[in-house]
Amino acid sequence: MSLDKDTVRNIAYLARIRIADADLEPLSGELSGILDWIEQLNAVNTDGVEPLASVVDVTLPRRKDEVTDGNCQDKVLANTTDPEDGFYTVPKVVE
Amino acid sequence: MSYILAGESGDWEVVIGLEVHAQIISKSKLFSGSATSFGAEPNTHVSLVDAAMPGMLPVINEECIEQSVRTGLGLKAEINLTSVFDRKNYFYADLPQGYQISQLYHPIVGEGTVILDLDDGSTREVGIERLHMEQDAGKSMHDQDPKRSFIDLNRSGTGLMEIVSRPDLRSPEDVGAYLRKLRSILRYLGTCDGNMDEGSMRCDVNVSVRPVGEAELRTRAEVKNVNSVRFAMQAVEIEARRQIDVYDDGGQVVQETRLFDSVKGETRSMRSKEFAHDYRYFPDPDLLPLVISQEYVDAIKASLPELPDDRKQRYMSDLGLSAYDAGVLVAEKETAAYYEEVAGGHDAKLAANWVITNLFAVLKDKGVPISESPISAAHLSQLLDLMADDTISGRIAKDVFEIMAETGKAPAAIVEEKGLTQITDTGAIEAAIDQVIADNPGQVEQFKSGNEKITGWFVGQVMQATGGKANPGAVNKLLRDKLKS
Amino acid sequence: MSTLTNLTIAEARNGLAKGDFSSQELTESHIAAMEAARGLNAFITETPDIAQLRAKASDERRAKGEPAGAMDGIPIAIKDLFCTEGVLTTAASHILDGFVPPYESTVSANLMNAGAVMLGKTNLDEFAMGSANITSYYGNVINPWKGKGGKDLVPGGSSGGSAAAVAARMAMGATGTDTGGSIRQPAAFTGIVGLKPTYGRCSRWGIVAFASSLDQAGPMTRSVRDAAIMLGAMAGHDPKDSTSAPLPVPDFEAALTGNIKGLRVGVPKEYRIDGMATEIEGIWQQGIDWLKDAGAEIVDVSLPHTEYALPTYYIVAPAEASSNLARYDGVRFGLRVPGDSLDDMYRNTRGEGFGDEVQRRILIGAYVLSAGFYDAYYMKAQRVRRLIAEDFKKVFENVDVILTPTAPSAAFAIGEKMDDPVAMYLNDIFTVPASLAGLPGISLPASLNSDGLPLGLQLLGKPFDEETVLRAAGVLETAAAFDGRPA
Repeated sequence: MSLDKDTVRNIAYLARIRIADADLEPLSGELSGILDWIEQLNAVNTDGVEPLASVVDVTLPRRKDEVTDGNCQDKVLANTTDPEDGFYTVPKVVE
Repeated sequence: MSYILAGESGDWEVVIGLEVHAQIISKSKLFSGSATSFGAEPNTHVSLVDAAMPGMLPVINEECIEQSVRTGLGLKAEINLTSVFDRKNYFYADLPQGYQISQLYHPIVGEGTVILDLDDGSTREVGIERLHMEQDAGKSMHDQDPKRSFIDLNRSGTGLMEIVSRPDLRSPEDVGAYLRKLRSILRYLGTCDGNMDEGSMRCDVNVSVRPVGEAELRTRAEVKNVNSVRFAMQAVEIEARRQIDVYDDGGQVVQETRLFDSVKGETRSMRSKEFAHDYRYFPDPDLLPLVISQEYVDAIKASLPELPDDRKQRYMSDLGLSAYDAGVLVAEKETAAYYEEVAGGHDAKLAANWVITNLFAVLKDKGVPISESPISAAHLSQLLDLMADDTISGRIAKDVFEIMAETGKAPAAIVEEKGLTQITDTGAIEAAIDQVIADNPGQVEQFKSGNEKITGWFVGQVMQATGGKANPGAVNKLLRDKLKS
Repeated sequence: MSTLTNLTIAEARNGLAKGDFSSQELTESHIAAMEAARGLNAFITETPDIAQLRAKASDERRAKGEPAGAMDGIPIAIKDLFCTEGVLTTAASHILDGFVPPYESTVSANLMNAGAVMLGKTNLDEFAMGSANITSYYGNVINPWKGKGGKDLVPGGSSGGSAAAVAARMAMGATGTDTGGSIRQPAAFTGIVGLKPTYGRCSRWGIVAFASSLDQAGPMTRSVRDAAIMLGAMAGHDPKDSTSAPLPVPDFEAALTGNIKGLRVGVPKEYRIDGMATEIEGIWQQGIDWLKDAGAEIVDVSLPHTEYALPTYYIVAPAEASSNLARYDGVRFGLRVPGDSLDDMYRNTRGEGFGDEVQRRILIGAYVLSAGFYDAYYMKAQRVRRLIAEDFKKVFENVDVILTPTAPSAAFAIGEKMDDPVAMYLNDIFTVPASLAGLPGISLPASLNSDGLPLGLQLLGKPFDEETVLRAAGVLETAAAFDGRPA
């Protein structure tokens, strides 16, 4: 599968990574190379094989419904840029 | 009764499906131990997990699972014993992980049914496609600062149930009935408080239109930001009209997300949100498949409360109430509980009347919900007792009721205080009658000359003379005897 | 004092217990070694003050006669992927600039509770993505072993800083994390022992996530016994990690009986790849012979889907990474590069904050999960992953451990394999299959090649059977009698 520049630009937008226009071409070449190599998987017959998402074979552990966390605004905000009045701030979003 | 909109080219039918997001009632969040309660200082009900700090991991709250199963059972839906959490990937300021944990491919609840109670007393089934658990987002505030939006993550990670209906709704009335019924079921179950004002129940409305008689569904638009039943109904009307106009102008409706603006009475495209949306769902590798047992489901089923449909049926078949009265009384869990307390040991229909006619008028007048009624169910029940044992007449009861509404006092105390006890002592009544007869010879003459209707006038006089306290039955009988003698 | 840095953890433990030296002396000598070897760039952050405080506390505990923890007073290094309370944690990425976690990862907390002394945070490939430790924002790590003519070599990756620190005697042990070989391959490249436990044995809570279904923390040490001691201190069920195994932690050290009579050792034919270097084939055969001589039974086995493990891994790991790394958005921690809109801020921050390899993997991951490609790539990879896991399951019905080389080559020079990402990915060809199956694996140094560089052997085991892996490794270690050390 070869990826063209537009596809790479779209994926980069999906992933919110700014890629300089000049880098799109070489990057699409690299990514295409990786995808070509990955596509050797097509040679494997996986008919009737269930996907394996996790190797863990216990069931999902559950927590009791108790308030055991939170009330740590200082910790939550300790590493942010530009907090105000207990809020995080970001460039204004226009809806 | 069907809802048909006229366009230039002909008549149109509206097809609606709803996605309701209901906040799960639980003490702590879906995947973290921070509190869910509403209205705290910003970013205080936030753990390091909710703030998506590096290396933080989700652990599921067992109560949210139970509440979701309970809700599924309340919707008469199939419960999936294995369900899987997926990540829905997108960037937004109030979504700290950069993904929402949801259940796309294998939801915990499958197909179910909601029965609509329509205004004309008829009912109709609406299909439920699925219910799944997911995380709520935080809140962005855009009007605090000219250049910045403020982010509060208190709501981030609270458990939600997304309840998706089939496109079985056909009118704004259907939408209203569906939302009210769903809210009623959730509140009966105690799984969501259904409070649309505070946002603990929100809905997205999927609307499409098609010419009457056309079988296929046309392209739908998803209308967001609909935060009341009334707005949902309005949004359907406005969006359906817009789509008909698009078709009439020779255009095509595009599949998109639209924002409902209740002030301007319009829906508008949210193109910014639409661009390059691709959620890249995949199973969350931090979690394992959620497996529950049939015994677990059965135990929850056994503990379900009586739900509004069953209760309505019972009121009709066991208590003899009309479909309308039963429907009104069961709609809110609190109303039904109030009614049952009042009706206990009394005539069911009489109790229903008092609640629906008299009490509702008082609540409406005072603008309070039944949970804040100035007249407690116990007091109204006592009032019915006083009527039943002839302590007061129905007429006096109405007066006492008015005083109860104003003062909140017990009816017996009011009767006592105001000396309103019904006079059943025939001697006292006879004395009053004798006096009225003696004072009004002319009217007595009229009676004797055959004007029997004047009896009513005499009754009125006697009741007036006794301050309304005389037992009307006794007055009637004694009066006739005396006038005839 | 300098001889103190040559001790193994087990030896130091005995020395401390006997009062031959104090933890403060032991720690000071390692701090000195750490400072002397700064040229290797093994550490991103040195924490000598914390080390001295903890060493002092350890000595005081001992003086009071309090029971000593398994790692009491032992100076170790922590891979800078583990969040450490109050200490800068970077994942070797620009995007975590200035991030000081207000919390401690479960594994590092377990180690500190066992009395360990933290010397600092070691360098790694950015977000643990790499096999040569050349993608770090803080510069590449240099292998303490030198190539021909004193050429600088890579230490392997991603736990290259930890490997270099342990090999160069700066730390007695170090934590690593292994997603596709990130403990075992650098261990092989630097002539030390690296153990990747079964997925679920160590908690992932507080470790910066790369690929959640694969990431696993483990010890990097200079002996098998040290690996057993350190794993015992790191492991354990953690209710904060839903994938953590609810199992008790065995006494791993007790498993080192030195007796493998009758042990069945699988040798998978598919690992005999085309064009395999003779020195790798040679050391593998040597390993087989050593185990046979010790009374093990060698069994030829087949893991038919081996060749598909790498492409499977390079779908699964980037897919999970693309999502795991979405939280680095400039809002709540780390680097923020301003922008006119929220989207601009995101794109600027992530464009500047992530290096090339991380960006490549995020983009590949986003692509294989995107609409229209999910089934062809991601689901396909998940199905092949099951086939790979089932291959192992079948083989382990018949054998107790599997023996393979750890890596297809010895450490290579800095600058090699840089142009072709796929060539770099092939470094992990022998380590990735067990990662996909979640199995425990250990790499231990077996001998030196003709250039005088260490070569590693890998032993793989059944889920949660680290004990057998360690026991077999202990026998191999004795037989190999590897005593090479970097200059």
